[in-house]
Amino acid sequence: MRPAPAFGSPRHRLRVGGSLLSVWVAYMAAYRFEIMLWMVATMLPLIMMGVWIEAGASGLFPDITAASVARYFLAVFVIRQMTVVWVAYELEYHVVSGKLSPLLLHPLDPAWRFVSAHLGEQLVRLPFFVAVLMVAVAVYPAAVTDAQGGWWVPGFGRALGFVALIYAAFALRFLLQYTVGMLSFWVEKASGFEQLSYLPYLFLSGMLFPLEVLPSGVANALLWTPFPYLVWFPAKLLVDGEVELWRGVLTIAGWLVVLLILNRVVWRRGLAHYSAMGA
Amino acid sequence: MPDIADSQTEIPNSFSRYAKTLARFWSAAIATEAEYRINFVMAGITSGLTLAGALGTLAVLYQHGYEMGGWSWNEAMLVVAVYTLLDGLQRAVLSPNRQAISQLVREGTLDFVLLKPVDAQFWLSVRRLSVWGLPDLVMGAGLVGYAAWRLQLGAAELAAGLVPLGLGIVILYALGYALATLTIWVTKAENITIAMQSLLEAGRYPVPAYAAAYRVALTFVIPVAFMTTVPAGVMTGRYGWVWVAAAAGVALGLLVGCRWFWRFALRSYTSASS
Repeated sequence: MRPAPAFGSPRHRLRVGGSLLSVWVAYMAAYRFEIMLWMVATMLPLIMMGVWIEAGASGLFPDITAASVARYFLAVFVIRQMTVVWVAYELEYHVVSGKLSPLLLHPLDPAWRFVSAHLGEQLVRLPFFVAVLMVAVAVYPAAVTDAQGGWWVPGFGRALGFVALIYAAFALRFLLQYTVGMLSFWVEKASGFEQLSYLPYLFLSGMLFPLEVLPSGVANALLWTPFPYLVWFPAKLLVDGEVELWRGVLTIAGWLVVLLILNRVVWRRGLAHYSAMGA
Repeated sequence: MPDIADSQTEIPNSFSRYAKTLARFWSAAIATEAEYRINFVMAGITSGLTLAGALGTLAVLYQHGYEMGGWSWNEAMLVVAVYTLLDGLQRAVLSPNRQAISQLVREGTLDFVLLKPVDAQFWLSVRRLSVWGLPDLVMGAGLVGYAAWRLQLGAAELAAGLVPLGLGIVILYALGYALATLTIWVTKAENITIAMQSLLEAGRYPVPAYAAAYRVALTFVIPVAFMTTVPAGVMTGRYGWVWVAAAAGVALGLLVGCRWFWRFALRSYTSASS
């Protein structure tokens, strides 16, 4: 038998990460009906696709056709499915009920537990949303047909960038929500703040309309905020690549650093304020 | 089980008794919520911004002279107003109660509800009330008034719209209750309520605004059309009584269906005590 890797060594960390993930995949797989329902709850991009196909077909929107906007919303659907985050509610529950206390005794930051729960859920959800995606494509095949009538295929580089940006979007949204959720150390119902912070995500991220239909001044101003990078930026990169890639990547990196620092500061202060049993 | 309890206590099953019970439920709920006054403020801000966002999204769609399904800006605004009303009702009453059913089943405390001397479905449908939907109700009603004024609708037209609006509420309730009943078999299904909420989101826009396949689905599969589009369309005179009759048929069918489904589900409920 090989000796257990030394505590804190890279190999040990890999092993901890692997077991956490497999535990959460098993846990989430037990709740697959719930996850299916949750997928229904995050179908908004497909609803908006139905509205925008008609709007695109009218020809009144410059640079937007029914097929191009349908493709956009299919990409948005995939992004939405892979970036479902509920950590604020989870943390609130743990703080208010005091269940955070035993987690603090583990030699592992509770954040990793929450992260792996989300990643595990994504893996369980994957087959379900791919099935829905295929149904959507079957209903509206124009979305994946190119001008010559063949299959529309994004380049390998763009597809790879799309996947990388999805995980960047997940990290951004997770950090945003985790930080907001930490308000539960001070107030009883931090989920109220989360509902408030959900609004810019809903209305300004590109989930309801592609941001290029906004007046260019507004769209440019939005690009300084984290919100377009949660939805519009990855979707746009995949469907036509008309984005300033490096500016976007730098903005994402900047926000990730800022949020990570903020998150750690608030976490420390919150723990100092935490007063549940055992703390 | 509730029938046995009824015969034992000999309380008349009158309408006034249920009305009184409902008043007690809701005054107790408001008293509880009043302990968290900051929630009222948060709920108001959230609802206000949500409505602003919804109208902003509508403005984005209407910016180049595009009219969704031929519906004018004011008509589309009326649909958003009706949606806001229904969403408020859902957040205030329907969702919190639906969510509770799931919890009661999981913890086995549904037994206590079944033993109470009131109809269990009534108790489970209205016991809870949340402040989170109340601002939506107020703002939705206000926006209905504003859109009606812009469309120069009279009291008669608004009153005619109340009939399909009531039917839309019945449809929304019955669908949600039938879905929540599923928790008897699959205990952990709190997401049912979120799923319902997001299906209703398709009702933010008039159904003719959607692509053809969607129009069919939103009328015949998930009858969102009857919740927001038909009430708004009846007010503006776009839809006639045929649509109201159809809505009445759907509402009645779903109401009877959800009642039957609930009774059927109770037969396979293996309570915590047996």
